[in-house]
Amino acid sequence: MNEFPETIYEARRWLQSGRISSVELTELYLERIRQLEPNIHAFLHVDEAYALTQARLADERRAAGEDTPLLGVPLAIKDIITVQGMPATAASRILEGFYPPYEATVVRKLREQGGVFLGKANTDEFAMGWSTENSAFGVTYNPWGRQRVPGGSSGGPAAAVAAGEAIAALGTDTGGSVRQPASWTNTVGLRPTYGRVSRYGVIAFASSLDQVGPMTRTVRDNAILLEAIAGRDPRDSTTFSRPVPPYSQQLEGGVTGMRFGLPREYLTEDVHPGIRKATINAVEQLRQLGAQVEETSLPHTAYGMPVYYLIATAEASANLARYDGVRYGYSAKAPDLQENYKRTRGHGFGPEVKRRILLGTYALSQGYYDAYYLKAQKVRTLIRSDFDAAFEQFDALVAPVAPIPAFRIGEAPTDPVALYLLDALTLPSALAGVPAISVPAGFVEEEDELLPVGIQFIGRPLDEATLFRIAYAFEQATQYGAHRPAV
Amino acid sequence: MNRLTPEQVQHIAELAKLELTADEVERYATDLSAILEYAQQLQEVDTDHIPPTASVLPLKNIMRADQPEPGLSPEEALANAPERENGYFKVHAVLEGSQ
Repeated sequence: MNEFPETIYEARRWLQSGRISSVELTELYLERIRQLEPNIHAFLHVDEAYALTQARLADERRAAGEDTPLLGVPLAIKDIITVQGMPATAASRILEGFYPPYEATVVRKLREQGGVFLGKANTDEFAMGWSTENSAFGVTYNPWGRQRVPGGSSGGPAAAVAAGEAIAALGTDTGGSVRQPASWTNTVGLRPTYGRVSRYGVIAFASSLDQVGPMTRTVRDNAILLEAIAGRDPRDSTTFSRPVPPYSQQLEGGVTGMRFGLPREYLTEDVHPGIRKATINAVEQLRQLGAQVEETSLPHTAYGMPVYYLIATAEASANLARYDGVRYGYSAKAPDLQENYKRTRGHGFGPEVKRRILLGTYALSQGYYDAYYLKAQKVRTLIRSDFDAAFEQFDALVAPVAPIPAFRIGEAPTDPVALYLLDALTLPSALAGVPAISVPAGFVEEEDELLPVGIQFIGRPLDEATLFRIAYAFEQATQYGAHRPAV
Repeated sequence: MNRLTPEQVQHIAELAKLELTADEVERYATDLSAILEYAQQLQEVDTDHIPPTASVLPLKNIMRADQPEPGLSPEEALANAPERENGYFKVHAVLEGSQ
């Protein structure tokens, strides 16, 4: 038995039995934050009084007979998701000091179910990046490596969960931003089907791609958290009305007889040999558990990177047009309106965000729209068709998450094409809108450090239940996720 | 494909309302050229009979009942304003001769 509950599942048992109160549990996590933050910097904002007030309320609700999975459980929220009463910066200077007058539907749901919000976790600015190095408010350190990034953009939530500064967290995944940091921190991260989870109150990056995803220590916790946030939202017309299954009750059953595809485009020479090996080991594990795994092909995989970076930046250039220095956020206070727009945005946005706004503006501009944006949308159709065809044959796909393990701070590729290719293995599924989960799959050795790597299971639209079942079987058989970093 | 010129980057920045330094213009000209050159490979894909995907959802327009609901109070709406006056957002004059 642990000294304190490390998962949502354990926390509920401790809270039910009265072994700990939510106030005590929250105090315990706040103390860990106080101790560890100087070395991790997972949070941009921690509000002890706010969290303890919620914890007290949760204890009162429990005393009154309530008992739900998240009642009194301390959580971290990526700072691109609005929480009423806490700042929302998207890690950008342009939103410094902004307090949203409303909150995200996913947060409201967690609040209603008694979740306790410890604070807002770091991210790359507007969720654009791989490492949290694009945060305007400082990088997050990976608890697993000396001076290594935690991945991104949801690097803050991933590091918080990995270091035990929060029991679980919410991130967002536009092109891999939940799965990649999960894989680099030995945690579990799900990108749900596009439309499964409401985007209301989530600061928009690319609206046809953004999804909120649970980031947890275990597969069971991930299922519990998805159950809590998924479902139709009258405030987001892109949400499915399909009822949310009790995912956490459907974990058992194993993978015997299931058919998996291993897409050869995901195991190229560009993938680190240790990660290729971890993928092959995972395939062997699935076979030992009674599954069939066959090599397959998703022929348009390589186009995922250019398609994504044209579509996502085009959408971002439109979404980020709202930051004008008039109604909220940073304002340069230039002498006339046009200058004020330009200076506010020129100073308020960081280099990566400006690069993407420029690329997206170009892709949408007169004369280039057909060649870039429209062409990308057509190839997106073909990428989706690859997945549709694969799922006629297979229950799920198995693939690596990122081509390399966590790099050292300051050592990301400087060439933008090489940098954008770091997302190559998570972009196609995001473009197709299908769900995918990253689960711990072992460690690779880099410069005397053991760095975690993940394995990705990609599933049919709205079939998160099957992904959880696979991920759970894999987790139980391998137990890689049980390893904790020395913090 | 030809390299993007600094003038083109300046024009895009104008469209996007972004003030850039001369260094930034140079750097983004290089970066965008590299990315767009890489994106040229999309031209090799035959998409003549392929419809574009704007959204992966099979959903049609969803309408809600057109019923008024309480919105933000003026105080809430203005709470984050960089400048405000008499219950309004304050902006610079946009018409000549106005104040």
